[in-house]
Amino acid sequence: MNIINLFKIALRALSGNKFRGFLTMLGIIIGVAAVISMLAIGQGSKQSIQAQISTMGSNMINIRPGDGQFGGVRQSASSMQTLKLGDYKAIAEQAEYILAASPEVSSSGQVIFGANNSPTSIYGVNPSYLGIRKYSISEGEMFTDADVRASAKVCVLGKTVVDNLFTNGEDPVGQTIRFDKIPFKVIGVLKSKGDNTMGQDQDDLVLSPYTTVQKRILAITYIQSISVSATTEDATDDAISSIQNILRERHKIGANDEDDFNVRSQKELITMMSSTTEMMTMLLACIAGISLLVGGIGIMNIMYVSVTERTREIGLRMSIGAKGVDILMQFLIEAILLSVTGGILGVILGIGSSYLVKNIFSWPIDIEVYTVALSFIVCTATGIFFGWYPAKKAAALDPIEALRYE
Amino acid sequence: MSKPIIKVENLKRDFFVGDEIVHALRGVDFTITEGEFVTIMGTSGSGKSTLLNILGCLDTPTAGEYDLDGVPVRTMGKNERATLRNRKIGFVFQSYNLLAKTTALENVELPLMYNPNISSKQRHERAVKALQDVGLGDRMNHKSNQMSGGQQQRVAIARALVNQPVIILADEATGNLDSRTSFEILALMQRLHSEDKRTIIFVTHNPELAHFSSRNIVIRDGRIKEDTYNQNIKLATDVLASLPKEE
Repeated sequence: MNIINLFKIALRALSGNKFRGFLTMLGIIIGVAAVISMLAIGQGSKQSIQAQISTMGSNMINIRPGDGQFGGVRQSASSMQTLKLGDYKAIAEQAEYILAASPEVSSSGQVIFGANNSPTSIYGVNPSYLGIRKYSISEGEMFTDADVRASAKVCVLGKTVVDNLFTNGEDPVGQTIRFDKIPFKVIGVLKSKGDNTMGQDQDDLVLSPYTTVQKRILAITYIQSISVSATTEDATDDAISSIQNILRERHKIGANDEDDFNVRSQKELITMMSSTTEMMTMLLACIAGISLLVGGIGIMNIMYVSVTERTREIGLRMSIGAKGVDILMQFLIEAILLSVTGGILGVILGIGSSYLVKNIFSWPIDIEVYTVALSFIVCTATGIFFGWYPAKKAAALDPIEALRYE
Repeated sequence: MSKPIIKVENLKRDFFVGDEIVHALRGVDFTITEGEFVTIMGTSGSGKSTLLNILGCLDTPTAGEYDLDGVPVRTMGKNERATLRNRKIGFVFQSYNLLAKTTALENVELPLMYNPNISSKQRHERAVKALQDVGLGDRMNHKSNQMSGGQQQRVAIARALVNQPVIILADEATGNLDSRTSFEILALMQRLHSEDKRTIIFVTHNPELAHFSSRNIVIRDGRIKEDTYNQNIKLATDVLASLPKEE
């Protein structure tokens, strides 16, 4: 049997009942569109979370003192004084797989300029902190190692602090601000980074040499934490174990004792956040997949009914020379045509609605080729699968009975 | 002697209804040669439908031989019979059985769609020719639901002619039509018989129609009761002329 003729026959049969064909396709259209747009939204939010985390520095490692005990009283980690400058220097000099390291001490308080003031945090760091935290200077310059050695009273401001203090549009660079009564000369302004994944404002800060903050604000000799950047995101684990070895040795921790410090990388955060969104995506895909299945059953339902409804037509076709296989192929091709057309329309609708979501709600979306291909293949397979049974039933009809059918 | 188209010998067909055996045909013999116009008559239950199904290769006999155009049908499989129907038989049904919402042309093309040896150009040409032969050359693109019963039956006849069959099997072809239209269809059949030398079998329960055919076979209780040749064929066109003119 000529397959082209069968296609023509199926097309003619379908075009005779366009509205029913459309209704049949609707299930597939909605199913495919749902799969594509749900996956696009899921993938999009996953990617945007990853992108946000990497602006925080995806290769960043943070070392904090661990919680320890003094006289049987468990102390909170932040009050521990176990991290020393020597630890930082040892890490900076000896640790492997790292690019840069910076000690960190911080304090919160009011910054004052003229009649304006605002609460913020001051971070005592070294110049490599910018690279570790992925900050950059938009105006002026960063302080230098010489400033660190001299405990110079200079600072670099975040965008939020600038907005709060310099309300008349003055140039902040060169001005002197006060933090807890101590004057600091502003030598630079950071480029804005916006909020991080947790909704914290990453521009609400003042950077200053750690020596200055240690001596003039906090009056301490220890450091609160150390920020390190690994050579790459993948080298993070190696860098962490190198740092752990150095610190355990320096802190004289026995082989069976717990660390008195914590090493954290962004990797854990990335894994956690992406596993959450991954689960969300899976959930959305499942719901969408179910709607695709329902669409497939819709095709089977209509095809099944139409076999009964078209019994006389089938009988006629058989009497004028259609073989069972011709009838089978005709109904199968009809089902495939319906589902493929529905699939194409569904792909268009799915991509369209994804972009609508992107433009109206400004949600991040990400349409991947494989999701489009997958849902298209699934819907075609659905058509064949659910079209098979009614087609088989049609082909098995007895022409005499079928012609007599009322 | 003209070529025999249909040759049946001792044809029997039994049906099993529950535990009982129903003998629909109890041994039928006849030969129909090329160019005959045969009416087969019988009341309902006489076995004429069973005979028609066997002649139309839709069914196979329980016993006996059936040769169509020299080809033995009894031993054929389903698919072979389907192909045989497609090439050698033209069916005309009581209820037309046209495809709904489909144009006359597409309906007539349908049998040729199942014949892969015919190109779409040939298909179109032959369908147009067949429609012109039945006087519907100006209605080729009308859909089946836009036509009257008589016109639909003409389309069905064109569909039966399009594959150039050796025999046309008409099953109560005028049964759904008013008497005027019936005679028009009958006149068309007679013209196909006399002018184009078509072989036609016309199955009906209406005894009146026997006057219009060249031969009449009466079936009763699964056997041939009468088999008579009609020397004095009435013309349907004469009857039409005598009918009162429609306003």
